[in-house]
Amino acid sequence: MASIPILKEREKHIYRKGAEPFNLTCGHHSLAGVVSQRACVFCGSRVVLYPIADALHLIHGPVGCAAYTWDIRGALSSGPELHRLSFTTDLREKDVIFGGEKKLHRALVELIDTYQPRAAFVYSTCIVGIIGDDVAAVCRQVSREKAIPVLPVHSEGFKGTKKDGYKAACEALFKLVGQGPVDQISPWSINILGEFNIGGEAWIIKSYYEKMGVEVVATMTGDGRVDAIRRSHGAALNVVQCSGAMTTLADMMQARYGTPYIRVSYFGLEDTSKALYDVAAHFKDNPAIMARTQALVRGEISAIFPELQKIKAAVQGKRAAIYVGGAFKAFSLIKALRYLGMDVVLVGSQTGNDADYETLRDMCDDGTIILDDANPLELSKYIIEKRADLFIGGVKERPIAYKMGIGFCDHNHERKTPLAGYEGMLNFAREVYRSVNSPVWRFAPARAAAGKGASPC
Amino acid sequence: MLLRHTTTEIKDRTALTVNPAKTCQPIGAMYAALGIHGCMPHSHGSQGCYAYHRSALTRHYKEPVIAATSAFTEGASVFGGQANLMQAIDNIFSVYNPDVIAVHTTCLSETIGDDIPQIVNKAMAEGRVPAGKYVIHANTPSYAGSHITGFAGMTKAMVDYFAETASARTKTVNLIPGFVEPSDMAEIRRMAAEMGLETIMFPDTSGVLNGPMTGKYRMYPPGGVTVEALRRTGSSLGTVALGHLASGDAARALDVKCKVPCQILDLPIGLGATDRFVDTLHRMAGVNVPDSLTFERGQMVDIIADMHQYFYNKRVGLVGDPDQLLALTKFLVSLDMAPVYLVTGTSAGKKFEKHLRAAVAGVPHEVQIKVGGDMHLFHQWIKQAPVDLLIGNSYVKYIAHDEDIPYVRHGFPILDRVGHSYFPTVGYRGGMRLLEKILDALLDRKDRDATDITFELVM
Ligand code: SF4
Ligand code: SF4
Repeated sequence: MASIPILKEREKHIYRKGAEPFNLTCGHHSLAGVVSQRACVFCGSRVVLYPIADALHLIHGPVGCAAYTWDIRGALSSGPELHRLSFTTDLREKDVIFGGEKKLHRALVELIDTYQPRAAFVYSTCIVGIIGDDVAAVCRQVSREKAIPVLPVHSEGFKGTKKDGYKAACEALFKLVGQGPVDQISPWSINILGEFNIGGEAWIIKSYYEKMGVEVVATMTGDGRVDAIRRSHGAALNVVQCSGAMTTLADMMQARYGTPYIRVSYFGLEDTSKALYDVAAHFKDNPAIMARTQALVRGEISAIFPELQKIKAAVQGKRAAIYVGGAFKAFSLIKALRYLGMDVVLVGSQTGNDADYETLRDMCDDGTIILDDANPLELSKYIIEKRADLFIGGVKERPIAYKMGIGFCDHNHERKTPLAGYEGMLNFAREVYRSVNSPVWRFAPARAAAGKGASPC
Repeated sequence: MLLRHTTTEIKDRTALTVNPAKTCQPIGAMYAALGIHGCMPHSHGSQGCYAYHRSALTRHYKEPVIAATSAFTEGASVFGGQANLMQAIDNIFSVYNPDVIAVHTTCLSETIGDDIPQIVNKAMAEGRVPAGKYVIHANTPSYAGSHITGFAGMTKAMVDYFAETASARTKTVNLIPGFVEPSDMAEIRRMAAEMGLETIMFPDTSGVLNGPMTGKYRMYPPGGVTVEALRRTGSSLGTVALGHLASGDAARALDVKCKVPCQILDLPIGLGATDRFVDTLHRMAGVNVPDSLTFERGQMVDIIADMHQYFYNKRVGLVGDPDQLLALTKFLVSLDMAPVYLVTGTSAGKKFEKHLRAAVAGVPHEVQIKVGGDMHLFHQWIKQAPVDLLIGNSYVKYIAHDEDIPYVRHGFPILDRVGHSYFPTVGYRGGMRLLEKILDALLDRKDRDATDITFELVM
């Protein structure tokens, strides 16, 4: 396996800590012909907006783009489930030739009449960008006719990467912000941004803030509601999670409404506690909040501490490889794995930027491999070289890990249990433990053969 | 009630598909291409499409799925994707070193109007395709057809690019299995081998998408039809193609190109269709049906006889791809069941619909059929008059859950169970497995709903 060739252009996307001067290339569009693990603009917009459960999500395009995104992320809702259906204009040949505007108009009217949503999002896919439908004009017209916000999302796939999709989603969301009443909102109030309620994570986070005495005006977008988003400019602070999926919105709200924001992560004990303390510190005019936060953190940690210690003893010294979408998530994962006493031997991201990779380099130990926009060959090459015991990644990486006979933990859409907050950390530790120590790996041929070389287990 | 938003009242929808019962062409082409040994499927379009296709196939097979992309940017979308495809061909051969690159288009490259053969020819003329390596292609715009059409297109491309006319005929029979599971392909091959036949199957994903855990990641697992075998399909005795929609085009193309006569049959799902498959092989190759197959057939009939009272008059709702839907419907009717709601997402044409209607002509219920329909309509029918059993892909589980109806998973995709890639549903053995699944679903329900008084040990 050592002889796997690496494309010249790709060499600059791979860095071995301690070996070479640091000069990692990133933020590039993927090369033609690579087997990249990345997705498109539409994908980015879709994951950000889709958890808004009382909005209509109509995908203007051919059937595939809609079929593949039908309820694939477990973004939970405590009320309406409209977001879990799949609506598409299913563009056909004649629409491509004559344009799809009329069809879009009809589809929107039909859907709004049937489901009475609070707002509608219309996603443009690649083909719409090419045939030149004026989606914005149709949206304006329907918005007038039906008296609800109908928002175009400019998510044509070819216009960039997933990150550009986040931006397009934020731009659409921003049109809702500022449309609702704010008079009832507490001065100690926040919006939770970039939390999508996978496995119920937003509910956990929200409960922490409520216990601290902080009002959560809107969660964007997990278990999201249109009316809450419309009032969100009334919050005193935006608390933005992770990799910048929603940093654009925070920036826009700061510019227009003066809402300050802080960036946080809810993954791992350290980061979760820091997030809560940072919010409490922001409201220093109300010291009771800080007092309640300290009590909360203490209580939560002591509740999970004993079991965490047990797991730590069992996974100590195991080696982990991380390949995730955004680099910000990787930071938290590194800290959490370290907390469990594990070594991170490879870390990569689909969409990290220069600053992200510099941070990664500073965090990592010597010899750690850092990858930007990797392909499966590169991933498997370094996993073998570094003798990883655990791979943390997304849907496309899971079977690669399993084929190679190592544990896996999904830190992406397909996680089923919440991994955020304190109980999330415990869930994560349990998952790591379960997978790394599964007896099935004893049957993995490479392990069995390489016995001595493999890590102690 | 996840589908609480499903309205009972049915309105004519002209502009809108809700909860699609199909997906797009490229994923079918990608799946077919993975059935060539050492093949890298290549998606000529932007990055998103292929990421979705790979993820969807990965979720269904729980196996690594490789493919490359032309990674279109705005520039390519305006000026065409020739430069991207050229660069892709270079990169793929130098880094991933496949035997074949199988290019399929996407909505985007189709709309722009890229001429793939012309680009490939240019790449060959410039020496970008190494000796002994190949680039093949299929056009797969998703605004026409569905994943089934895409599969059919790439299967036909294997004929167009590789089949060679020969002066002498061999005794080999070509088998085109259709858009079925790797397990089904292996079973079809096994049955032919049982009859003593030499066969070439294409595409063949067994061993590719249901491989063992080896402790190694392999880009090109051992399975798949080789280019050398594909060349020889042109000198075979005949072709047996299974599934009119998925396999018909390739079979006819081979007949036209190399004068290899073909028989296009239903998928061998159920007793009757399997009988016809076996009989066709028997007549085409002039071989006898071995006792081993007769034995399996007898076992299948035995199960039906033992349990026939449980099948009688059960109302079934089916969603599936056209070839599967037709074969399953005939099978259920032969079991004395009553398939009452039939939906396929693919617009499979008037003739297909006629066959489907003929298959249910004797069913003593009102039967609803929608070719080119979606799951939403299917659900609305069920709300109006319920069924005893549902058969379909994983998306049908929402309906089964909401309406509390017994449910058998069958089709593409299956995202929440294993088994489909290892255990076939074609042939006699596959038929036995289907019978078991149907009976399990029906009888588990009977047990669940029984009172203390009516609860039975022996069934
Ligand atoms: S653009 Fe076309 S090819 Fe791509 S995912 Fe959508 S439907 Fe499929
Ligand atoms: S067509 Fe465009 S928007 Fe749709 S999946 Fe492909 S890249 Fe994404």
